Amino acid sequence: MNLLLLIGAPLLTALAVLLSRNKQQVKWISLAGSAVQLALAFALLFAFRQERAAGNNAQMLFEQHYKLFESLNINFHFGVDGISVAMILLTSFVVIAGVLVSWNVEKMTKEFYFLLLLLGLGAYGFFISLDLFILFFFLEISVIPKYLLIGIWGSGKKEYSANKLALMLMGGSALILVGMLGLYFTTGYSFDIMTLSKANIPAATQNLLFPLLFVGFGVFTALFPLHTWVPDGHSSAPTAGSMFLAGISMKLGGYGCLRVATYLLPEGAKEYANIIIVLSAIAILYGAFATMMQKDLKYINAYSSVSHVGFSLLGIGMLTQTAITGALMQMVSHGVMTALFFAVIGMVYDRTHTRMVAEMGGLMKMMPFIATVFFIVGLCSLGLPGFSGFVAEMTVFMGSWQNDDAFHRIATIAAAMSIVVTAVYILRATGKTMMGPVVNAEHLQLGDAKWNEKLAAIILVAGIVAIGIAPGWLNDLLKPAAEEIMNRIAGK
Amino acid sequence: MPNATIIALIPLLPLAGFLLLGLFGRKYLKTSSGIIGTALLLTSTILALYTAYEYFFVYGKVNGIYQQLTPLKITWLEFSKGVSIDMGLMIDPISVMMLVVVTLVSLMVHIYSIGYMKGEERFSTYYAFLGLFTFSMLGLVLSTNIFQIYIFWELVGVSSFLLIGYYYNKPSAVAASKKAFIVTRFADLGFLIGILILSYCSGTLDFATLIQRLTSPESNEFKTAVTYSFLGASALTWGAALVFIGGAGKSAMFPLHIWLPDAMEGPTPVSALIHAATMVVAGVYLVARLFPVFAITTPAVLEIIGWVGAISAIIAAVIACTQTDIKRVLAYSTMSQIGYMMFALGVAKYGAEPALGYTASMFHLFTHAMFKALLFLGAGAVIHYVHSNEMNDMGGLRKYMPITHITFLIACLAIAGVPPFAGFFSKEEILLAAYQDNMAIYWIALITSGITAFYMFRLYFTIFWNKPHHAHGEKHGEGGFVMMLPLVILGIGAAAAGFIPFGEFVSSDGRPLESHFHLQFSILPVALGLAGILLAMWLYYKQNDKPAKLASSLGGLYKAAYHKFYIDEIYLFVTKKILFNLVGRPAAWFDRNVVDGFINLTGNTTQAVSEGIKKVQSGKVQQYAIYFLGGVIVLAVLFIYIWK
Amino acid sequence: MTIEPGLYHLLFISTALFFIGVYGFFTRRNLITMLMSIELILNSVNLNFIAFDKYLWPGKMDGLFFTVFIIAIAAAEAAVAIAIIINLYRSHQSIDVENAEDLKY
Repeated sequence: MNLLLLIGAPLLTALAVLLSRNKQQVKWISLAGSAVQLALAFALLFAFRQERAAGNNAQMLFEQHYKLFESLNINFHFGVDGISVAMILLTSFVVIAGVLVSWNVEKMTKEFYFLLLLLGLGAYGFFISLDLFILFFFLEISVIPKYLLIGIWGSGKKEYSANKLALMLMGGSALILVGMLGLYFTTGYSFDIMTLSKANIPAATQNLLFPLLFVGFGVFTALFPLHTWVPDGHSSAPTAGSMFLAGISMKLGGYGCLRVATYLLPEGAKEYANIIIVLSAIAILYGAFATMMQKDLKYINAYSSVSHVGFSLLGIGMLTQTAITGALMQMVSHGVMTALFFAVIGMVYDRTHTRMVAEMGGLMKMMPFIATVFFIVGLCSLGLPGFSGFVAEMTVFMGSWQNDDAFHRIATIAAAMSIVVTAVYILRATGKTMMGPVVNAEHLQLGDAKWNEKLAAIILVAGIVAIGIAPGWLNDLLKPAAEEIMNRIAGK
Repeated sequence: MPNATIIALIPLLPLAGFLLLGLFGRKYLKTSSGIIGTALLLTSTILALYTAYEYFFVYGKVNGIYQQLTPLKITWLEFSKGVSIDMGLMIDPISVMMLVVVTLVSLMVHIYSIGYMKGEERFSTYYAFLGLFTFSMLGLVLSTNIFQIYIFWELVGVSSFLLIGYYYNKPSAVAASKKAFIVTRFADLGFLIGILILSYCSGTLDFATLIQRLTSPESNEFKTAVTYSFLGASALTWGAALVFIGGAGKSAMFPLHIWLPDAMEGPTPVSALIHAATMVVAGVYLVARLFPVFAITTPAVLEIIGWVGAISAIIAAVIACTQTDIKRVLAYSTMSQIGYMMFALGVAKYGAEPALGYTASMFHLFTHAMFKALLFLGAGAVIHYVHSNEMNDMGGLRKYMPITHITFLIACLAIAGVPPFAGFFSKEEILLAAYQDNMAIYWIALITSGITAFYMFRLYFTIFWNKPHHAHGEKHGEGGFVMMLPLVILGIGAAAAGFIPFGEFVSSDGRPLESHFHLQFSILPVALGLAGILLAMWLYYKQNDKPAKLASSLGGLYKAAYHKFYIDEIYLFVTKKILFNLVGRPAAWFDRNVVDGFINLTGNTTQAVSEGIKKVQSGKVQQYAIYFLGGVIVLAVLFIYIWK
Repeated sequence: MTIEPGLYHLLFISTALFFIGVYGFFTRRNLITMLMSIELILNSVNLNFIAFDKYLWPGKMDGLFFTVFIIAIAAAEAAVAIAIIINLYRSHQSIDVENAEDLKY
């Protein structure tokens, strides 16, 4: 399969959106384009599985090289392994759902959809790039639209949030850039991940570069204590913006932490693993406790994202194959789940015009569909079997437990304790908003989800259920890739 | 050999019901939901009975030992080599016994609910949830893998949550459902960590392999596992104890029992199914499932289990004497009876005669399911009639609802341990097992059985006698055929289940266990039971002020029991005051002010600095020229004098 | 008697011219005057070029070329500057440099 299709499809869609004449055209073109992307992602999944089944065990499949700046050794190099395929699938799910829930955006519709598609484009490009320079380029492509999406279509203190988000992410990017250049100059002028992964980088250099790259990508994925853009950014962003932010952008960071920092600099990863574990265990528990005290639904989900994403960093820090597989599963699972959560919050907000938990109650009576989805995503968030969260968290726990010393054990138990706290805040939120008596008589007039919202919710629910009921296919995708990473860490 | 398809259909049919009614019930199957759900479950029940017959009488026994069979095992998620979550079906005496109990009680509840829940707005949702619960419970029972049991364990938890919160616009129901979920979740945390420890020690998640590896001292896993230790106990002991915490949470053992009385906010048939007969015994089932590990490898944990069970039994019995909400009385009685099952396991040893407690526990689980479901359904009929849960609103109902009255009486006699009703036999066996192992637990159990008889008949007399006639005086009386049929069937069960030679079928090692009946041994408990009944009759047969006087003469003790020994208040203190105010609030504050403050500080500092230096850009050309000139001069000086 | 002007004389004059220009540029408020000051500075540079050309590398034409070049550019620059000044006058009704300070923070 030609990977360029994955960049081409969103690019063409974005251009078509720019050329379209009215809002209806914009919406339908975006929807069609994102449906094509979804189909392409599935085609990629099947093509990938077919290749693997046919015995093609190359680390990267469908590789493509194009020369860009030969003198600087910067080239287009694309290719996918199981991790990329899973992430691309996640992206396509979130993109189509995001397009669907934005159906009612009236303000500058064309620009809004253009930016959404551009953000998706950045993510697709990021996940298929095997050249650090191009990877970085796509990473930046996905940052800029976020600033505009929040700054223009946001709510609340949107300018503040947009600035904070853009500045913190740019700060992270700066660290990544420095780390990248460090790699480039110490390893004989190459940005190619495949070349770098075979390079023999001295341990001292690794220890120097690893924190730069890990923290840089860590900012994207809410590494404690650099997570504070998450609550503000998410709460100010428009619904689709929050979905993309939590569902895709945070995954760019996690992917980078693993593929770039940990994979290329295994010695550095070993050196700093304990610090990562401590930080992510703190993020998990502390994020959960902080969530417990939030009153705004979006803040609740934002803080819970900090806590949940902590699991993927914890899994990376644990440096066992199972834990890394779990970390990746958590990325995919959290991506779909949190996008769904933001979508539902958006639907509730569109109707009640409030996100304050205290101002809602008994919404199940008026909007059974939304309430059901709210329950499903809540239960997924608190790790109920049958949904994706459970599978991912359990894999992380099982993997973490393979390290048999007290430090790792205590960190695992601390992280595991969050499942109780998660239950507390999820049930508080659902119990107060969806169940209980109706607190505002005006809410009695509200209606249930429209077709577009239903479709978006169903697509995402299908995603979390598909992972939750039959995790085998995801495990098959991620495990061999995690094994490659472990081989490099183990020095094989 | 067992037929995997038939056995797999037993849990899958209720699941199909859940999906069908959950997705389409609201719109298309509004009135027929009850019939559909019941029909599916009836099929399941027939298949379960068929399986039980086949297992116990056709293929289960090989060389005089009941085998543990796994007709189906599919790898669901592989973590690493040899460690994977499997989805499978395990057939052995206790799982088959549980299959029968779960499907039978669930079927009764399905039938009963057609009448009881008639006209409810979310009728089909109710049946969907019942289907989900039944599926999860059957999956739990059939688990071949410790992680599979955990998965279904969580699923029964969530079904229980959904059903407790069925009346979702009632704040007390919402609070109760949350409480049930969170308390059991807390216990499940222990279970999860226990699983992690046990799986690490044994290198597998499969029950059969795990038990085999952790109970044979020759295996490599056993040898390495015993060398780990933490805080003075071996890793295995910790693992087993943590697994038991999970079981204790689900089975409402002291001190994790606080959710069970509140769970009575759910519809009464749900209480009968989930919070009396099936889900709450999951903890007992878990301990029984891992019994060889507990009994052979970690006897210390088994002793703890015994004591926790005994303490729960007596505390719950004492509290039950003071409650006035009939469902709460039944809830505490459930907790007390599960305490019996727990300590029966606690006093058992592995293999042959000393394992009497194991058989007794399972026997009691079986009989208890019958009479406790009956009690709840009877109470449901009463509540349906009176429209109140309070004892004080009832009285003299025996003429209005004769069938409910008779079946309730049978159940009360059964739970009080009066021969020849079911409870008598199982309770005798438990007491005998305790007598052989631990005298202290035996005396606690004996006293508890006296109290049990007292509070059950207190309930019985207050509902059906006490006041001369009922204030409502309406004519509708009994709740119709669909509500009577389950009462009668369960009544027959409660009366006759005791005659099943249980030891023949269920024992710790699969070998039939001869149960001896000792007449002289049973005199004391029966006498105590009768004394309890007579005391209750004396106090509550007619309306009078004796109970009030007794209560006031007991003073502090009565008050403490009435307030459930203030355990709820302690929990509230810990959660509200400590977790929310001392952990949650500071964490949120810290994040907004310190962590985020630091980030904002960097931003603000940058801004302040640039605010300071922006004056340089004045817009005045001549000023710029002066800076320029100054710069040139400085550079010139530098070049001339410093860098030469 | 006539004094044959040497290099140092010329340099002295051009330096004086330069600082007169700088002084004018700093102190005058009228943009036209400032433009004239700039012309003075440029001319002082021209003078330097010619002087060095004549006394240090006689026979080479480089200095002269540069001078011609600068004169040409100065003419163009004067045209642009005066155009700007005229526009400024149209919008601000003044050619006082103090009033033309819109391009600030």
